[in-house]
Amino acid sequence: MITEWLGKVGDFSLTLLIVTVYGLLVGASIERIIAKVQGRVGIPYTQPFINIIKTFFKRTAVSHGIMFYLGPVFRIAGGIGTLAFIPVLYGSETFSNFSSAGDLFLVIYFMFFGQLGMALGAGESGHPYSAIGIARGLSQMTAYEVPFALAVISIVIQYDTLSITDIVAAQQGGWQNWTVITNWVATLAAMLAFLGMTGYSPFDIFLAPQEIPIGPPTEFHSAYLSFLQINRSLFGATKLVLFMNLFFGGATGWVELMIKTFLIYMVAIVVGVAFPRFRVDQGIRFFFKIPTLIGILSIIYVQMVITS
Amino acid sequence: MSKNLTTDNTLENAELSEEEKLLFSNARPRPYEPYSIKAVEDFANWARANSLWILAFGTGCCSIELRPLMTARFDVSRFGIAGRPTPRQSSVFIIGGYVSVKTLKRIIRSYEQMQGPKFIVALGSCPANGGMYFDSYNTINQFDLYLPVDMYITGCMPRPEALLSAIMDMQDDIKAGKCDGANRYVNNLDWYKANQKKVIKNWDMPDYNW
Repeated sequence: MITEWLGKVGDFSLTLLIVTVYGLLVGASIERIIAKVQGRVGIPYTQPFINIIKTFFKRTAVSHGIMFYLGPVFRIAGGIGTLAFIPVLYGSETFSNFSSAGDLFLVIYFMFFGQLGMALGAGESGHPYSAIGIARGLSQMTAYEVPFALAVISIVIQYDTLSITDIVAAQQGGWQNWTVITNWVATLAAMLAFLGMTGYSPFDIFLAPQEIPIGPPTEFHSAYLSFLQINRSLFGATKLVLFMNLFFGGATGWVELMIKTFLIYMVAIVVGVAFPRFRVDQGIRFFFKIPTLIGILSIIYVQMVITS
Repeated sequence: MSKNLTTDNTLENAELSEEEKLLFSNARPRPYEPYSIKAVEDFANWARANSLWILAFGTGCCSIELRPLMTARFDVSRFGIAGRPTPRQSSVFIIGGYVSVKTLKRIIRSYEQMQGPKFIVALGSCPANGGMYFDSYNTINQFDLYLPVDMYITGCMPRPEALLSAIMDMQDDIKAGKCDGANRYVNNLDWYKANQKKVIKNWDMPDYNW
């Protein structure tokens, strides 16, 4: 029993390492692609790793209190917790993590948990721009969670399960079984929510480097920041894996996973380089209008067309 | 909060009122020794040199030379250099040209909030000797009396190539462990503070802005 558990923890640590490194590399590739659009060369592929090493090796750090310490810890706990319940590769014993019945609920909870922990930590830093960033980030999150939750409810009705592994299993046997084909309405709502989740333009007002110095993490520095940097890539890659599992048929091998997640990410990038930034009220209005309507439509679609 | 410390470890904050003194830390910053294992320090220095984050605070007219660096022609991000809007996360402060007394106060506040190791690049002739503002009543002439400078670039104003070449020279210095401005500042804090207070008449901040 204990060896089995230790084995599982070992497997998960391996998954964690691979997903984090993959997230960092994807981040660097995306930066390079954006740089190419702007006619630049862009950062080296190793840059995100060097940045993390540098912030970790800073000589000094100041603290603003206990929650300030705990903020990055909560944040990374949210990232790790989200990954822990997502089966990364379908059909693989090693990379299916702790996925079990009802894990979809846990994943959505953990996605929220990290953000709230971060909000508490950044709030204690006492910096006014942190507070503004949190207010904007949380209100935007509330807005994009609505279409995302509706899309998730829609596919839960469609597949009649709360287990991500079962949802992936139901999509096997060719691309015509993927949710993006069978329930394209829900996928559309979720992909619109995904634009808000990734924090690229037009929904990057909560980070806004020029107006509110990068928002919530304004005061975080040194090792605190290296935690946040690691989590940023880990959480980003985890969300991509979740979307791939829910809507694009999952993956049975690492190469398939990398191609699919990269293409999903490119949706946010293409929109991001093409559109300017929304103000926070415009962003919230946007999410409450068309994506929410599409989300409601997807539930009706599932009830009327698919399950009937 | 720091009543237990001896007088050697505290700063006076003499310009603050009794109420304000309670709001600010009066701890004296300490110099930081390199890691005892040389390989670790070399590795850390390599990472520091290849990930220089510049504080986005243009202090004078030479700051205009920073903008072309970020764009397609020079693209400084190739060398791991990026702008950072908050002093907490930046490691390089580029003094872009003349420093008026009013700006000097803000520069000191921002510099002290940066986390070490931190480096200052003095861009243009004005921080070195006053440049064409040498006889101005509200511009300081010699910047390194007030904060430690790690790299000078002279010219009025220097081309972006000069700035790029200086940053790359500084990367070599950082890798060799020679850029020690932050420790110099802390070791000679009283001398620097005396110089700063000589020119800044309305000193209404703590002696060290943690």
